[in-house]
Amino acid sequence: MNGSEQAAEQNPQRDLQQDPRQGPQQDPQPAPEAGEPLVALDGVSKYYGNIRALEGVSLEVHAGEVTCVLGDNGAGKSTLIKIISGLHQHDAGTFSIEGDETRLSKPREALDRGIATVYQDLAVVPLMPVWRNFFLGSEPVKGVGPFKRLDVERMRETTRAELLRMGIDLRDVDQPIGTLSGGERQCVAIARAVYFGAKVLVLDEPTAALGVKQSGVVLKYVAAARDAGLGVVLITHNPHHAYLVGDRFILLKRGTMAGSHLKAEIGLDELTRQMAGGSELEELSHELERLGPA
Amino acid sequence: MTATAPAPAPSPGKTGGKADERLLRTSLLRKLLGRPELGAVVGALAVFVFFSFAADSFLRTASLSTVLYAASTIGIMAVPVALLMIGGEFDLSAGVLVTSSALTSSMVSYQLTANIWVGVLVSLLVTLAIGVFNGFLLTRAQLPSFIITLGTFLMLTGLNLGLTKLISGTVSTKSISDMEGFESARQVFASQITIGDVNFKITILWWLALVAVATWILLRTRAGNWIFAVGGNKDAARAVGVPVMKTKIGLYMGVAFAAWVSGQHLLFSFNEVQSGEGVGNELIYIIAAVIGGCLITGGYGSAIGSAFGAFIFGMTGKGIVYAEWDADWYKFFLGAMLLLATLLNHWVRKRAEATK
Ligand SMILES: Nc1ncnc2c1ncn2[C@@H]1O[C@H](COP(=O)(O)OP(=O)(O)O)[C@@H](O)[C@H]1O
Ligand SMILES: [Mg+2]
Repeated sequence: MNGSEQAAEQNPQRDLQQDPRQGPQQDPQPAPEAGEPLVALDGVSKYYGNIRALEGVSLEVHAGEVTCVLGDNGAGKSTLIKIISGLHQHDAGTFSIEGDETRLSKPREALDRGIATVYQDLAVVPLMPVWRNFFLGSEPVKGVGPFKRLDVERMRETTRAELLRMGIDLRDVDQPIGTLSGGERQCVAIARAVYFGAKVLVLDEPTAALGVKQSGVVLKYVAAARDAGLGVVLITHNPHHAYLVGDRFILLKRGTMAGSHLKAEIGLDELTRQMAGGSELEELSHELERLGPA
Repeated sequence: MTATAPAPAPSPGKTGGKADERLLRTSLLRKLLGRPELGAVVGALAVFVFFSFAADSFLRTASLSTVLYAASTIGIMAVPVALLMIGGEFDLSAGVLVTSSALTSSMVSYQLTANIWVGVLVSLLVTLAIGVFNGFLLTRAQLPSFIITLGTFLMLTGLNLGLTKLISGTVSTKSISDMEGFESARQVFASQITIGDVNFKITILWWLALVAVATWILLRTRAGNWIFAVGGNKDAARAVGVPVMKTKIGLYMGVAFAAWVSGQHLLFSFNEVQSGEGVGNELIYIIAAVIGGCLITGGYGSAIGSAFGAFIFGMTGKGIVYAEWDADWYKFFLGAMLLLATLLNHWVRKRAEATK
């Protein structure tokens, strides 16, 4: 049951490339030539049995840009990013990473190719301390042979330092992560993804459960990741949040594409109107007017 | 993620000097209350004090040695069972697996008229293979481990009896004490160490070594991090790249290894093995782990706690004998211990989380 060896066998490449001893990847990535997206989906469909969760969806993620995916509950946003992060496979269409067409069979593969995801149902283990969660799956070790062990001091220090950089001043990195607030947990998950040198950061509704101030912190961090050269996929049903940081907007409606825009092509009002269903919203306001005086 | 403490956390903005004021609550007491083994330690102390008064002979060193021996035979198995429970699974076949392991070494050596060590090594391989089988089936079938290992429990119970009758003609194995290698194997698995004028069984050493190794693995290795993670939130663990299947299979192999050690101890202390033994022991191991602070739903617990759980078993079993009570009280006592320890653990964890 020697875990460190198991891990090394399983994943030698990542361990070499990403030896965290050399510190996190903080330099901006070299910007690839325009037109070569980090991640591209083209006409992707996904079925759960006979439920059509996605049909013919296309999107591009470029380095140093934020691609926003907007849509109502059940529109298929989470399904879309689960394909990108390797939890599900697509049934039709193509999915390419830096130009190579791919099909990811497990999350580990996505991580190894530089795609880090912060899930809506946050991927943390509530009873484990913050620092153990921060490094879960990519723990640094020291020592040799059977004495290979976790580099606990460095794990603690790094966790504290990385969270401080995000403006979270934890009094105790030993506290179970389940005792942090939603915003803090979200920030831990984002800090972890960035620390491990992701090229593409995927965030599923990071602001959905947060207050105004905490949402602001998360959005600031999204902007910081973008400015550091990462490609970001931001999923939200809040057009105001999307418009603050987004460069591209994909609108999903019951599994299909209802629109795809660059920021230059669309204003916040129009985005909000489309997102709310345009004419449906006008109808609703009429209905409410009629109900009002009664 | 809604099952967290409702305490309003500070906003994640720069807090500057405000950190100090929040530090006030981080006390040593809270750290202590946060330990999973606290309930078991308190329980063990209570039982110890109780029997010190109830039974005159309880405090003699010879009694201590007997109690430790009884605790070690349970404790050797409670360690990997605790790890498995932290990893979110059960093993109902653990009790009879000990017997299977003993039967295998005895019968292989006897039938081949080979050196005892041949049988002992074959037994190690067979036992580990059963562990792998449990783990593999579990991760493949995605069924609760309760069902899978209930199946292996029944199958092994049948195989132990059936194969022994088929091969030896009776329900127990033949004596192997005159065979080559018996003495050296007995030294390893069933000898005694004399300190002063008291004999201590070697299983106590095996037990302490297993507790130490398991604690090291849990707290200081990547595998330990993964054990907590697969038990605490399997999907999250998988999503961040933890090898869930390997971790679970490894845990079942740990149980198998300890079953092998226990089985060899049985064989070399009694020289013959009764093929019907071991049924029901799996629950004792699980209870020791739970008294030791393991959360039955996984993700929380310790190996040291399981040792205190086993120690409580040893003290209660022998204490009742020294107090010259009817042995029927043993079960009652253990049931009460289980309830009290679980309630205490539950209360302590709630308190520890509320103080944050
Ligand atoms: N594992 C699943 N099995 C069956 N249906 C699913 C599964 N996951 C999601 N769905 C369905 O697919 C649709 C899209 O869901 P989802 O991608 O979670 O939407 P969103 O994240 O936009 O709210 C919903 O109708 C949902 O019920
Ligand atoms: Mg969703």
